[in-house]
Amino acid sequence: MARITASLYTSHIPAVGAAFDLGKTKEDYWKPVFAGYDFDKQWVKTHKPDVIFLVYNDHATAFSLQMIPTFAIMTGPEFNPADEGYGARPVPKVIGDPELASHIASEVIQQDFDLTMVNEIDVDHGLTVPLSCVFGEVKQWPAKIIPFAVNVVQHPVPSGARCFALGQAIGRAIMSYPEDINVHIWGTGGMSHQLQGPRAGLINREWDNAFLDRLIDDPKGLAKMPNIEYVREAGSEGIELVMWLIARGAMADVVSGGSKPKVAHRFYHVPASNTAVGHLILENAA
Amino acid sequence: MALDKEFKEIPGTIVFDAEQSRKGYWLNQFCMSLMKAENRVRFKANERAYLDEWKMTEEQKQAVLDRDLNRMMALGGNIYFLSKIGATDGKSFQQMAGSMTGMTEQEYRDMMVKGGRKIEGNRRLGEDGDAQRPGKK
Repeated sequence: MARITASLYTSHIPAVGAAFDLGKTKEDYWKPVFAGYDFDKQWVKTHKPDVIFLVYNDHATAFSLQMIPTFAIMTGPEFNPADEGYGARPVPKVIGDPELASHIASEVIQQDFDLTMVNEIDVDHGLTVPLSCVFGEVKQWPAKIIPFAVNVVQHPVPSGARCFALGQAIGRAIMSYPEDINVHIWGTGGMSHQLQGPRAGLINREWDNAFLDRLIDDPKGLAKMPNIEYVREAGSEGIELVMWLIARGAMADVVSGGSKPKVAHRFYHVPASNTAVGHLILENAA
Repeated sequence: MALDKEFKEIPGTIVFDAEQSRKGYWLNQFCMSLMKAENRVRFKANERAYLDEWKMTEEQKQAVLDRDLNRMMALGGNIYFLSKIGATDGKSFQQMAGSMTGMTEQEYRDMMVKGGRKIEGNRRLGEDGDAQRPGKK
């Protein structure tokens, strides 16, 4: 049967992608950012995932205001990196897992969650920058990827509680898949940042680190935090952090009352462009 | 039930809700069109003519011509959409965000390097933080 062995959380900042693509990772400004992902290079070799269920948000790339799906699971076989106005990122095409993705969609819908299924979509920096940070420069991504996009653009966006419950349904769905594969679930976006208005540049280090602490030790309590608190404390764009609760909800201690996950890695750094970089890896107890 | 009114009490922030989305629908969809290279070329060749192809209000068109991001936000623009204009102009997200604060590019960059804008005094309208004053171009 499929097993979720780890969840991974990371910011997905366009400027980080640009620095990566332009070979700036060793510059003084960028060195400390990329250093936070040095751990991952070895970790992904010893904990190799077959499939990554990657939760992110589209940033007005594939989804305009014509269609605003709350939760969209990509069930197609492959997805190209998007051109967000600067040309497509020079990174490998994303190979999907249509069979597992459809299985998850079917199971989750039958657990009474409402999903949009998407077969063709270009994937933007929300998805590709985390892949670059974790895997570095590769000719192919070393795992299949199931993109899962959440609307965090037009309010009301789903609550942390809804995301947390959805994560549990996804966890159960993956665990019922009859192939013996190793699945990781990623939550991306954040951490505190605001890209608009006179409050642009907001960073809330204390809140971000309390969020990381609670994500690890008290996800159930954290899931009760209302969206207004994310926006007020972590910036208008900090609302992306609700998506981390989807990944956390799929971990064994939440889904099946298993042991608390092990914190394999934790990293926080300010700034990367307008944003606080957060990165966490949790491993399910064996 | 409408969004909690506390969303309107966050200083220096416009929350993109259904009302903003309705107001800014064509402004935002115009921005989406700039993701295609050929449209960026046409827009740069004659901005006014390109804008006139869209069902935007005169105020929205003027805000685009002026590159007044704060004004565009007030008229229903969403930052992820508006950033396509910035991309067309060759601006980074840091330049775009910074331009809404009244700070110079260097001042904004320095603020970020020093740890970003503080939350103290910037949680609710009426507090004494540096995001409380109205946005400048």
